[in-house]
Amino acid sequence: MAQLIIPTPLRKFTAGAATFTADAPHVGGVLNALAEAHPGLQPHLFDADGSLRHFIRVYVGDEDIEALDGVNTPVAAGTDISIIPAIAGGISHRP
Amino acid sequence: MKARLNFEPAAWDVVRADAERAFPNECCGFLFGLEDAQGRHLTEALPVDNAQTGDQRRRFAITERDYLRAERHALASGLQLLGIYHSHPRHPAVPSIHDLRVALPYFSYLIASVYPEGVHHARSWQLSDSGRFFEEEPLFVQREGAAVSPRLSITNP
Repeated sequence: MAQLIIPTPLRKFTAGAATFTADAPHVGGVLNALAEAHPGLQPHLFDADGSLRHFIRVYVGDEDIEALDGVNTPVAAGTDISIIPAIAGGISHRP
Repeated sequence: MKARLNFEPAAWDVVRADAERAFPNECCGFLFGLEDAQGRHLTEALPVDNAQTGDQRRRFAITERDYLRAERHALASGLQLLGIYHSHPRHPAVPSIHDLRVALPYFSYLIASVYPEGVHHARSWQLSDSGRFFEEEPLFVQREGAAVSPRLSITNP
């Protein structure tokens, strides 16, 4: 079973659960299982075409899956998977 | 109006010192604590590097690895990751269109307005339920004997 860490802002869609476990061979399978278990998460994770939203990153351990094999990255038992939202901002005009 | 946001003095001091250290650039970091029916109680602030490439005087970004570190810290410490802070050098603590564009639900977005003399004031905001605008959170620092600002902001606390 892989453990997925749900980012705090999305826990309102998981009834407050911080983690989710699923038995799937690849990262994509774990994410799909999460979205099936908590349908409110679906639009926050995936675009209409089923691809991950551009401001969401997924890490396996300390590695970005984009540097591995994307959603086809295999997950071993006990692997930690993390969903990471983009965090940025700033003032509107040049000082 | 959102529920109140109560800062432990030590946590607020970390935010203020980070804003003043980074000036004239923007600083950024995470806010941890606990939430109950009375509001959010911030007990810890964790500064991280501003990873924005380019002009850090008006933009900030937090790396994925720092975000991952913050979530892991919250899980390990039993605290909740409640928000993000950043500074607006020479500008008021009001969210910009850039802040709104990438804002996430649930998080408190604390902004410290900082000038060469130091932090002038701070205000905190949360994304509305519609996700289209920010709502202000009443912000307090729990110093003994400290007066509560009727404007719900901190002025040189």
